[in-house]
Amino acid sequence: MMEFTDKHVLALKELLYKMADDQLILGHRNSEWTGLGPMLEEDIAFSSMAQDKIGQSLALYELLHELGESEPDTVAFTRNDNQFHCSQFVELPIGAYDFSLVRHFFFDHAEAIRFEMLADTVFEPLAMIARKFKGEIKYHTMHADIFMKKLAEGGPESYGLIQQAINDNFGLALGMFEPGDYEPELIEAGIFGGENTLQTRWLAKVVPLLESFGYIVPKVENSEPALGGRKGFHTPHLQPLLDEMTEVFSIDPGADW
Amino acid sequence: MTNTIKALLETIMDPEIPTISIVDLGIVTGIESKGEKQVRVELTPTFSGCPALKIMEQLVTEKLVENGYTDIEVKTSFNKQWNTNMISEKGLAALKKHGLAPPPKHKGYIELNVLSDTPCPYCNSRNTELKSPFGPTLCRSMHYCKNCLNAFEGFKPLG
Repeated sequence: MMEFTDKHVLALKELLYKMADDQLILGHRNSEWTGLGPMLEEDIAFSSMAQDKIGQSLALYELLHELGESEPDTVAFTRNDNQFHCSQFVELPIGAYDFSLVRHFFFDHAEAIRFEMLADTVFEPLAMIARKFKGEIKYHTMHADIFMKKLAEGGPESYGLIQQAINDNFGLALGMFEPGDYEPELIEAGIFGGENTLQTRWLAKVVPLLESFGYIVPKVENSEPALGGRKGFHTPHLQPLLDEMTEVFSIDPGADW
Repeated sequence: MTNTIKALLETIMDPEIPTISIVDLGIVTGIESKGEKQVRVELTPTFSGCPALKIMEQLVTEKLVENGYTDIEVKTSFNKQWNTNMISEKGLAALKKHGLAPPPKHKGYIELNVLSDTPCPYCNSRNTELKSPFGPTLCRSMHYCKNCLNAFEGFKPLG
């Protein structure tokens, strides 16, 4: 393994922050389905995935803490929206079930590939976490695939709703692959293969899969990726979510739980 | 020395599945003891988001305190990643006793279709179907047995 320079450490932290923030924010969004799922099993599924994602974000924040960042709770609950590195895609409100399902499908396939790539990273503590997460996420992609297929076969109404949600989600989803400031450093050091590679592998996975279910996938060149999130530029939806997440914590930040 | 400690930990049951000990579940990944009163225990989560883990850390600490250890460190780590092959034979039987279909042994990679005909823990029939890969806790899936007409839960295989 090559010696890490300061720049490599910055690159690593940027990578960890965006992954952790994506997991934390989408985890909270998923948890909004608790009690509201269109059927009991879906209520439980979204709640379970929320629990997985928030647990995974904790492991990533702990890794950041070991690299010199603040305590996980401080990082998760005391930053403002412009200090978050999540993609805009994950912060959007849950909308109707079709939107949330398609977001879950796009996000979790990207996450599964990201952790597969990171299972071989030279930064061993991250490799161990990635190997763990990819087994867990397999159940998320499995769940998404089952429902995307079921709703394609469910008749014109369900097919139409999901097709529309695919059209609406596609550009937003491409925002997940917004390159960071240190892509060359990450690639050169063997930390991560980079966002471009991830996007290519993601497209190679989700496009044929959706087509096999009978959906039509928009073209990348005709889509506008929702960029900015990785650099702290967010939609007006993130800050209210953070306020809600931290409402109790803010009443007494020093409280012993 | 570590065997004595292991025997103590074998008396601690999983808070969510009270028929299986944390040792049989396979989450105790390290026991070190350098002195008579000194012990270091390493645990690893089944699923990263498992809320029972903090309780298990606490149960381990309490058990060691009760047995006279004074220099105790209980740590959670991902150094050895848990998978369902780490559940002992005794543990698999304990899961079944609790009404949970035990996870099948695997070779590192989980084929998800293994869930589609999980044997029913009540009548052993394979004429079952997967209702959802998510259940009441992160480690469980939900199934239905078309033979004995019971809904049942399975312990999800994890690679």
